[in-house]
Amino acid sequence: MNSSSQTRKDFPILERNINNKPLVYLDNAASTQRPLSVINAVSNYEMNYHSNVHRGVHKLSELSTNAFESSRNKIKNYINAESEREIIFTRGATESINIVASSFGQSFKSGDEIMVSQMEHHSNIVPWQNICKKNNLKLIMIPISKDGEIILDEFAKLLNSNTKLVAITHVSNALGTINPIKKMIHQAHEKGAVVIIDGAQAMSHMKIDVTELDCDFYAMSGHKMFAPTGIGALYGKEKLLDGMPPYQFGGEMILSVNFKETIYNELPYKFEAGTPNISGVIGLGAAIDYLNNLNFDDIKKYELNLLNYLSEKLLQISGLKIIGKPKNRSGVISFMFDNIHAHDIGTIVDKEGVAIRTGHHCAQPIMDFYEVSATARASIAHYNTKNDIDVLIEALNKVKEIFS
Amino acid sequence: MTDLTDLYKQVILDHNKNPRNFGRMKKADKVIEGFNPLCGDKITLYVCLKKNTLSKISFIGTGCAISIASSSLMTEKVLGMKIDESILFFNKIHKMLTSNDPINDDLGKLNSLAGVREYPTRIKCASLAWHALNQTLTSKDKVISTE
Ligand SMILES: Cc1ncc(COP(=O)(O)O)c(C=O)c1O
Repeated sequence: MNSSSQTRKDFPILERNINNKPLVYLDNAASTQRPLSVINAVSNYEMNYHSNVHRGVHKLSELSTNAFESSRNKIKNYINAESEREIIFTRGATESINIVASSFGQSFKSGDEIMVSQMEHHSNIVPWQNICKKNNLKLIMIPISKDGEIILDEFAKLLNSNTKLVAITHVSNALGTINPIKKMIHQAHEKGAVVIIDGAQAMSHMKIDVTELDCDFYAMSGHKMFAPTGIGALYGKEKLLDGMPPYQFGGEMILSVNFKETIYNELPYKFEAGTPNISGVIGLGAAIDYLNNLNFDDIKKYELNLLNYLSEKLLQISGLKIIGKPKNRSGVISFMFDNIHAHDIGTIVDKEGVAIRTGHHCAQPIMDFYEVSATARASIAHYNTKNDIDVLIEALNKVKEIFS
Repeated sequence: MTDLTDLYKQVILDHNKNPRNFGRMKKADKVIEGFNPLCGDKITLYVCLKKNTLSKISFIGTGCAISIASSSLMTEKVLGMKIDESILFFNKIHKMLTSNDPINDDLGKLNSLAGVREYPTRIKCASLAWHALNQTLTSKDKVISTE
């Protein structure tokens, strides 16, 4: 199977050259590219109906408000939430997690425990660390195996009646591991804990159904699912969101204000203080339309095939090691050479037009776990091809040559 | 456009493979940590000072070829220099890495670092050790960051 040339045509940037070589974009875990439909939706809004939402009685405001709210409806349908009240627009996955940490986190008391896996992105560690310090909670780490999988037996043992919240990533941005979240959510619920899933790395690779997962919160990142940067969403079960205090205060999130008292707006506006990122929301809605037209059964097979091809080719390069060996993997392979630093790899392959990421991938605890300071990471999307992988492999051979 | 060999010159590859003055020093007057939070590169410098002169210097650390080679070349260059002299020298190196002025001939082997100019994302790798040394000679801060 091959990514059809039509898929690639949807993404105009893939046509360009870098350093006089055709771009090979393998940094999708950092940010995916945008299809033309998203670019056009944003540009159409900017050119034809920009205006502030929710407040105006004029035509433009009606148009922008409709587009804005229809994006919310699209997300709600796409992830199978029960109501639009459960979809809050945010700046990205980071802000989505921060809302839960700083608002829902206020209900935790000294001695309560929050569990976070060892493979989390900093954005799903630091907010919890902060609330733990503030409220004297315990931050418990769920350990992983050398293969890069959560050790489920340990997880089950660590769960107890003090566990108030479990924060886990759906897919690891450093290792590509797909975590068995459905099972973990079920186990956590049995102990009465609430579960937040960091879905930043999952949305572009698989269909999400929050009702089936039964997660309490699910954090989404627009720019990792073909939408613009600076926009994301938080799904939360209505009954939980309802009981949570606002996260920021100001316009939009109020019903009435006088100097004695302010009455907060209803869901989801309670959590959307200030004029929102309207163009971002419209772009996100267009990205959901794009996702809706994809066949994820095919894409999963196609991407897995590509990943297997990539890992097979990587392992043929002597001195190269792949970090982690999860049974269920999506999107990402991290690797390193014995004696060549990741940054040198990154610079040299860039010369060949290949974009990969090097460094700690905002997941230092996992780097510590593998006792490395930096890795190189290739991450794919459905528009990548075997040819992309071949170009990367050739570039990596060049790296070896230079450092031989 | 420059060729990769302008960045990865033989001198740099050599100093990366066999860094000079590499190792911990037991009785150093100054121990300085340099850290590049962006990429995790970390070096520790050990310096002994005698009569305003850098009488001994060594380093340990992990990092890319550019940062290791630059550290190694630096230790080689500043060993035996007066403090004032080494601060002046830092300024020259800093200028070489970050400006578009013609490259000074009197930098000797260190000219090999000039290729970094064409790679803005790598300038910090080349300047990490220099910043660390310079700041410790000019102030009292402990952990030196490139940020
Ligand atoms: C697993 C994971 N979580 C969270 C984030 C942060 O997402 P955002 O950029 O939308 O804040 C990232 C982005 O790198 C990620 O990979």
